[in-house]
Amino acid sequence: MVASNLLDLIGNTPLVELSKLSPPGRTIYAKLEGQNPTGSIKDRVALAMVEAAGLEPGQELLEPTSGNTGISLALVAKLKGLKLTCVMPSNATPERRTLLELYGATIIDSPGDQGSNGAVRMAQEIAARDDRYVMLFQYANEANPRAHYEGTGAEIARDLPRVDALVAGLGTGGTLMGTGARIREAFPGAQIVAAEPLPGDPVMGLRSLDDGYVPPILDVSKLDRKLLVSNAEAATAVRVLLDREGLFAGVSAGAVVHVARRIADELPEGAVVVAVLADAGWKYLSAPFWSGEEIDEAVLWW
Amino acid sequence: MSIVRVPPVLRAEAGGAREVEASGANVRELLEDLSTRLPELGSRVYDDGELQSFVNVYVDGEDVRTRDGLETPVHDSSTVILLPAMAGGC
Repeated sequence: MVASNLLDLIGNTPLVELSKLSPPGRTIYAKLEGQNPTGSIKDRVALAMVEAAGLEPGQELLEPTSGNTGISLALVAKLKGLKLTCVMPSNATPERRTLLELYGATIIDSPGDQGSNGAVRMAQEIAARDDRYVMLFQYANEANPRAHYEGTGAEIARDLPRVDALVAGLGTGGTLMGTGARIREAFPGAQIVAAEPLPGDPVMGLRSLDDGYVPPILDVSKLDRKLLVSNAEAATAVRVLLDREGLFAGVSAGAVVHVARRIADELPEGAVVVAVLADAGWKYLSAPFWSGEEIDEAVLWW
Repeated sequence: MSIVRVPPVLRAEAGGAREVEASGANVRELLEDLSTRLPELGSRVYDDGELQSFVNVYVDGEDVRTRDGLETPVHDSSTVILLPAMAGGC
C-alpha cells in the first residue's frame, strides 16, 4: 500500500479474532483502531469534523480534550495548515501532553479536579469570548457519528457476514451512535452495547449534579445495553488481552473486551460480537495497572 | 434491602455516607423508599416520578435507562449505583 498523504491512511482498520478470549462456540472480533495514524479511533472523527467545517488555512481550532481527539486534531490541523489549542485537565497523563506539544498544539489547563466536564466548560467560555477560535466540539458535532457511520460501521459490515452485537466504549457517544446505526442497517436485530467506564480518578468529581453533562450527539434510547465497568475489571481485561492474545490495548479497550465477553456468553452458539478497541496501550504506560498489582477499588472508587 | 452506592457529589445529601440501604422490588419502589429515608438525596435523584436527567442509576452494573427504566427489577442482593452524567471521551 502506498499513500500520498498520511490522512489517506485513516480508517480501514483490521479486525482480528480474539480466539483465546471468546467463549466456546462464539466469536469475538476486535477492531484495532490503534492502527490509525496517531494511534486512535479519533483520527476518523478529527478528519471528518475538519473537512465538514470547510476551514481556510491559518484558522485556529479550540477543543476540550484530554488526549486522543486533541492528538488527532493536531495531526489533521498540521497537514491542513490550521492551528490548534487544546483545553485539557491539568492531571492528564504526561504522555498525552508531550504528544500534543510534539504535534504542535498549544495547551490550556483546566482544573484537574473537574475532569472532562471542567475542560468542556472552560473551552466553551473561551470560545464564547474570543471569536478567533473555531470550536468543532466533538460532543455536539454530527460529523463525529457520521465518520463512524461511513467508516467504522461500513467497514465492519463489509468485512463480516454476521454480527450479533457491537460493543464500544461510551465517551462522546459518536462511535456507538454512528457505528451502531450502520450495523443495525446491515444486521437487523444486532445489539448495540455501551461499555461505560466508572469514573476512575480519585480526585475527579463534580461540584454539583448541575455540572453533569449528556453529549448532544448521544441518544441513550438507541443503545440496547449500557454496562458500567469498574477500573479493576478494565485493568484486568487489558492485562489478559496482552497475556493471551498479544494485544497491547488502551484502558477503554479493556472495558470493551470485558463487556464483549459477557455479552458473547449471553448470546447463543454461533454468535459474532465485534469489540471496537479505541486505542493501544502506549499512552497509558505511566498508569499504575501494568505491574499486575491488585487494584484498590476503594481508592479508585473516587 | 439493597445497597445503594452514593457518588461524592451527592454524599452531603446522604449525611456523608458512601453507601446507604433502601428496599424495593423495582427501581421506582427503591427510590421512593430512599426518598422517605433520605429526602434530600431522594429529591436530587428522583422527582415527580421521574429520574433526574443528569443522574444515571445502575442495577448490578447496568443502566436502568437501557433496561426497563423505573420498572427494572431490584433484588435484595442487588447493588445499585448512582452516578452523575459525565462528559466521557477524550
